[in-house]
Amino acid sequence: MKITIKKLMPILMVAAMLMPALVLGSSGAKLYTAPIDINDKASLRRGAKAFADYCYSCHAATFMRFNRIAKDLEMSEDDVREMMIHTRGKKGEPTKIGDVMEVSMTDDYAKNAFGTAVPDLTLAARARGADWIYTYLRSFYVDADRPTGFNNIVFADVGMPHVLWSLQGLQTPVYKTVMHGDIGVEELDHFEQIQTGKLSRVEYDMFLGDLTNFMVYIAEPVQVERRSMGWKVLLFLVVLFGFAYALKKEYWKDVH
Amino acid sequence: MANLLGWIDDRFPLTKMWNDHLAEYYTPKNFNFWYFFGSLALMVLVIQIISGIFLTMHYKPDDAMAFASVEYIMRDVPYGWLIRYIHSTGATAFFIVVYLHMLRGLMYGSYKKPRELIWLFGMFIYLALMAEAFMGYLLPWGQMSYWGAQVIISLFSAIPVVGDDLTLWIRGDFVIGDATLNRFFALHVIALPLVLVFLVIAHILALHEVGSNNPDGVEIKKNKDANGIPLDGIPFHPYYSVKDIVGVVVFLFFFSVVLFYFPDGGGYMLEYANFEAANALKTPEHIAPVWYFTPFYAILRAVPDKLMGVGAMGGAIVVLFFLPWIDRCKVKSIRYRSVIFKVNLIVFCIGFVVLGWLAMQPVNETITFLSRLFTFLYFAFFVVLFVTSKNESTKPVPDRVTS
Repeated sequence: MKITIKKLMPILMVAAMLMPALVLGSSGAKLYTAPIDINDKASLRRGAKAFADYCYSCHAATFMRFNRIAKDLEMSEDDVREMMIHTRGKKGEPTKIGDVMEVSMTDDYAKNAFGTAVPDLTLAARARGADWIYTYLRSFYVDADRPTGFNNIVFADVGMPHVLWSLQGLQTPVYKTVMHGDIGVEELDHFEQIQTGKLSRVEYDMFLGDLTNFMVYIAEPVQVERRSMGWKVLLFLVVLFGFAYALKKEYWKDVH
Repeated sequence: MANLLGWIDDRFPLTKMWNDHLAEYYTPKNFNFWYFFGSLALMVLVIQIISGIFLTMHYKPDDAMAFASVEYIMRDVPYGWLIRYIHSTGATAFFIVVYLHMLRGLMYGSYKKPRELIWLFGMFIYLALMAEAFMGYLLPWGQMSYWGAQVIISLFSAIPVVGDDLTLWIRGDFVIGDATLNRFFALHVIALPLVLVFLVIAHILALHEVGSNNPDGVEIKKNKDANGIPLDGIPFHPYYSVKDIVGVVVFLFFFSVVLFYFPDGGGYMLEYANFEAANALKTPEHIAPVWYFTPFYAILRAVPDKLMGVGAMGGAIVVLFFLPWIDRCKVKSIRYRSVIFKVNLIVFCIGFVVLGWLAMQPVNETITFLSRLFTFLYFAFFVVLFVTSKNESTKPVPDRVTS
């Protein structure tokens, strides 16, 4: 039998593709899929409100401007001012609509209060991923050993208190033992609600969905414009290809 | 118009250059798909230079401001996001195009006599490009910028005697800091682009001196007509200029798909950890270089000893320079070469890709074993090539190009 590249290629390609499957390791905590829809302006506006009410007292978003939110979320600047701006500048002047979203809490104060500086959230959704944020905010549980009274499955011994507890209520984890070969490992099976909050479980998930959606938006405010410019550019290139190809064909007629 | 041109031609060889390099540069008529990537690499270089110039207008090479200035470009500079994504996507595109361009050279023996210098200039371009990309990646000043640079620069400390002083000299500080960022900026925007442009000019001049190779690996200058024009040659302009436009449009289509729909390339082009500002006190869980360096990084990790690892990694690049002399087969094109050569080259290509993948995985026994296996295969390619190419059983090469 004659061996040619074409005959060998499929075998080698399959071999190369199987390689990753052989060495796939185990992953970390299971993440839930966040219901992200960046075109859903109503969801983003609800998310902005949630962010302003629950996150924005401690967490800054220092690359995000208020008036950009007004423009992108189709809100009036006055509405944004009312919803989000509760601070003043260093000289006591009211924070301007064109300012970035800073907070007055200093790193030193935060280190005293929580044991760590409070991270800026502008790019959290790009650094951690939407699913991580969504799952993290669902995964606080009661833990009397922690200074805040709460711990987190996704982020063990986190310094952040469970600021959403009044909405979610209180929960405690139920573990199961999973065998990895001969070694049994404790893994989360489910959470048990020990005190209900203001929101039902479904409502709380929707609330977090909106909040995560807003955080995905502030991580890259231009993404809607980016995608809409994209297909126009691609369409142009398809048309241009037609002309370029016809031109090439015309010139190459006399090459034999 | 003709007068103006005559006036210039009396003082500057404009028409002569136009003819020498375009209108009367005779190119083999049988170029295939693989021959698009040279002109595409040139275009990507231009894209990078132009988008880079616009980025420098807003970027601040200062450890306290660099990260914020990139986000400023992404948000507050009109179409700054577009320029930035063009530049970051361009970096990946550059390496894809250059790797395919180099593979073309391997397939059709384009580095063989009399084109050894073209290959050497090309290899220096590749080297300068790696330095350019590495230094550019520090500039956004994210966590992966910082720690990636930390890992790579610390490799120099493996060099005996002068290692520690050398790393200090490169960084300009005991840790990566403002001094490092400033000098990398200077090298990234001025020094290395100049080197790249000069090398590209040398690469093209050397090519046009001896003429292009082709998929059949036959010299078209051996068969000329009465006027001294190669029978299988066609003028680069207009034939290949119009053909390359088609290639450019197709390339830009794929480029735009990534640019507009996957600008972070699934975390392989803009790594997730790089959306956190550089922090000297917090090491990321998993440090991996950007994808285009990963095959060499896998070779580094495969060797247990640090100095030997650095040596192996350097050797993996240096050995490529010697390809024109390692490959001793007189037949250029893969079309007329032996099965051994074909298999050897395919294994090499697959191994290169697998090495790249391995470097992105957290280390464990399996990964280390596979890294060693594929490192061995990488170097085995050159040994097998050297040994088998001397008396290779080749097929007869035609006198003229096939269509």
